[in-house]
Amino acid sequence: MSKLLIKDKEITVPGEVLAEGMDYLPGIGTYREGQTIRASRIGLVNIDGRAIKLIPLAGRYEPKRGDTIIGFIKEIIMSGWLIDLDSPYHAMLSLKDAGSEYIAKGADLTKYYTFGDYVVCKITQVTTQKLVDVTMKGPGLRKLYGGRIIKINTHKVPRVIGKKGSMVSMVKQATGSKVIVGQNGTTWVQNDDPKMELLTVKTIEKIAEESHISGLTDRIKKFLEKETGKKVETKVEGE
Amino acid sequence: MNADLKKHVLELLGKDTRLDGRKALDFRKPVEVKVGISKNAEGSCQVTMGETVVMAGIKLAVEKPYPDSPDAGCLMVNAELLPMSNPEFESGPPGIQAIELARLVDRGIRESKIIDMKKLAIIPGEKVWSVMIDVLPINDAGNLFDTAALAALVALKSAVFPKLEEGEVVNYKEKTTKKLPLDLKKDTLSVTVWKIGKHFIVDPITDEEKVMEARITVATLADGNLCALQKGGDTPLTTDEVMKMIDIGIEKTKELRKYLK
Amino acid sequence: MAYTKRLDKRKFDEPREMEAKVGIIPRADGSAMFRMGNTIAYAAVYGPRSMFPRFLQDPQRGTLRCHYNMMPFSSGGERVRPGPSRRSREISMITEKALLPVIDLSHFPNAVVDVFVELPQTDSGTRCAGITAAAMALADAGIVMKDLVSSISVGSIDGQVLVDLTYDEEAYEGVVADIPVAYLPGSEKLTLLQMDGIVAKDILKKAIELGKKTCKDIYELQKNALKEKFKIKGDSK
Repeated sequence: MSKLLIKDKEITVPGEVLAEGMDYLPGIGTYREGQTIRASRIGLVNIDGRAIKLIPLAGRYEPKRGDTIIGFIKEIIMSGWLIDLDSPYHAMLSLKDAGSEYIAKGADLTKYYTFGDYVVCKITQVTTQKLVDVTMKGPGLRKLYGGRIIKINTHKVPRVIGKKGSMVSMVKQATGSKVIVGQNGTTWVQNDDPKMELLTVKTIEKIAEESHISGLTDRIKKFLEKETGKKVETKVEGE
Repeated sequence: MNADLKKHVLELLGKDTRLDGRKALDFRKPVEVKVGISKNAEGSCQVTMGETVVMAGIKLAVEKPYPDSPDAGCLMVNAELLPMSNPEFESGPPGIQAIELARLVDRGIRESKIIDMKKLAIIPGEKVWSVMIDVLPINDAGNLFDTAALAALVALKSAVFPKLEEGEVVNYKEKTTKKLPLDLKKDTLSVTVWKIGKHFIVDPITDEEKVMEARITVATLADGNLCALQKGGDTPLTTDEVMKMIDIGIEKTKELRKYLK
Repeated sequence: MAYTKRLDKRKFDEPREMEAKVGIIPRADGSAMFRMGNTIAYAAVYGPRSMFPRFLQDPQRGTLRCHYNMMPFSSGGERVRPGPSRRSREISMITEKALLPVIDLSHFPNAVVDVFVELPQTDSGTRCAGITAAAMALADAGIVMKDLVSSISVGSIDGQVLVDLTYDEEAYEGVVADIPVAYLPGSEKLTLLQMDGIVAKDILKKAIELGKKTCKDIYELQKNALKEKFKIKGDSK
């Protein structure tokens, strides 16, 4: 008889037996070993019908097509720029994808983006060999000026953004900050008021750290209200 | 390398604050000092400043003295920038960064003459005690200089001699209760003062270290006299700036002194 | 003379007091500390990350690189000269071999996962403590792993099987065998087996079984330490 050995939203470690019997299916983050389903990484159990899935709690970013990420220019070559994505794999931004201007071959590329510049870009291609192409052409894709960069774990990004952007909107409204969260976890925060900027940073870090613990939206709302002394409107869905 | 980061740090300092909300001359809290973190060492200490953690350990050995000081013991300070503490540290023999850290810690201890080196002689001309201090960062979140210097000093003050058997053979398994011959009045502490634009700060975090222009490490004795100085960083300093930074160093050392128990 | 009572008064199947903590090095992608009696091992994991020098990159699979090191002041004797020794390089290699079977390298071609093991205090069993800490650090870093790896030393003195030998027991006057093992709790397989000394075949078998049993207990400790990291202070979950 099939048996579930773990509850939804529990934390599990590699090798832990999650279920016995063939009635359950190994979803993402799990694998089948004989009659059992086991965890293949540290994560949060998510039981979806008969499928047992894991929401990862740690791990570095793996580039995916369609992701909007924040990276910085680490090298400039003949055909474009190499971008560091805080991942084992860097990305290539070629001349033709660099923006709306036409850039001739042999032009001084540092005039457009130079070493250390942070940019918001979108991944257009990832080959099996993990070669990554990005583009700067598209709404919201641009070089970042001012503000500061913080890093959160890529797997926490969905919680920081929230359903339909509701969590990050709440933070932006409460603090008055501009915030862009890259899918790779690299995040840009800007606020002329240093106290609010620091509060935004601390709030985002708090969401990331407590992402797997229920009641998150409420806790963050209370935290923001306490720190700003103002009521926070929330249209956050899902909690 | 990121020009924006430097601009931002300067903007914040202009508003009397920093990336983590501290004031320019605030140390991170907590500063934790744990003595005896390695029972096998003759003396050891771990200092935590914010998220920076450094371990220091003392080992003693019996060796031949240096030919030019036959009746004095030996002192050696070594630092290893463990790759586990910072993704930018590579495995391999100590690079110049590790050597500078070791020399800075060494200078503060050696020049203060806190150790009475003559009392380390066992048989003058033949056998003396050699004091070997090793400092190793476990997590580098900025300001290794001051954290390592404090850890080394506390380890030194807690160190005891191992038992010396016949024939001047060291029995490491038995430690005595005899402390090293230290002149405690010479309690020397290091504070590194950093300059960016027209601002001075202490205890930088990693992001701040990336954009600093110059620094001076000031080693101060308990009586307020200086015993070692070292300027680092690529930007030159005016005499005024140097004196201002030294003043700050001496002042902030008084604060760190609380952690010497 | 037969070894009838242990020098530190433990039972023969009783390992030293153990302690495990995860996430102690914030800059690393994953980290852990594991203590067995007076042996303390710290492990930090960075990766997957770009691999240099480039010529070592493997386009078909990632690489696992382990670095084992004893701190200069860690030993019960003289200061340990910094730098790799033949012993530390061998232990780095067996640490890698003990961990490799659970890791799916195809997940990160051309990249590397670096594991650093450092010991501030040693009293035998260092490679075992290192492997146990490293396994937790890898899991903490979110590396895809089929299982954790647990490790302990077993052995025999004058025919008496025992677990978790101290330095003094390894050096005991008698017929001593020191047998470090590493074990995958899920698949019940060994990934490390070494033996120094003299032992009869049937004693060896008993020792290995004792090792497996102890490793199962160590696995529980590793599991709890990993889960503990994700609880917030004051939260009952």
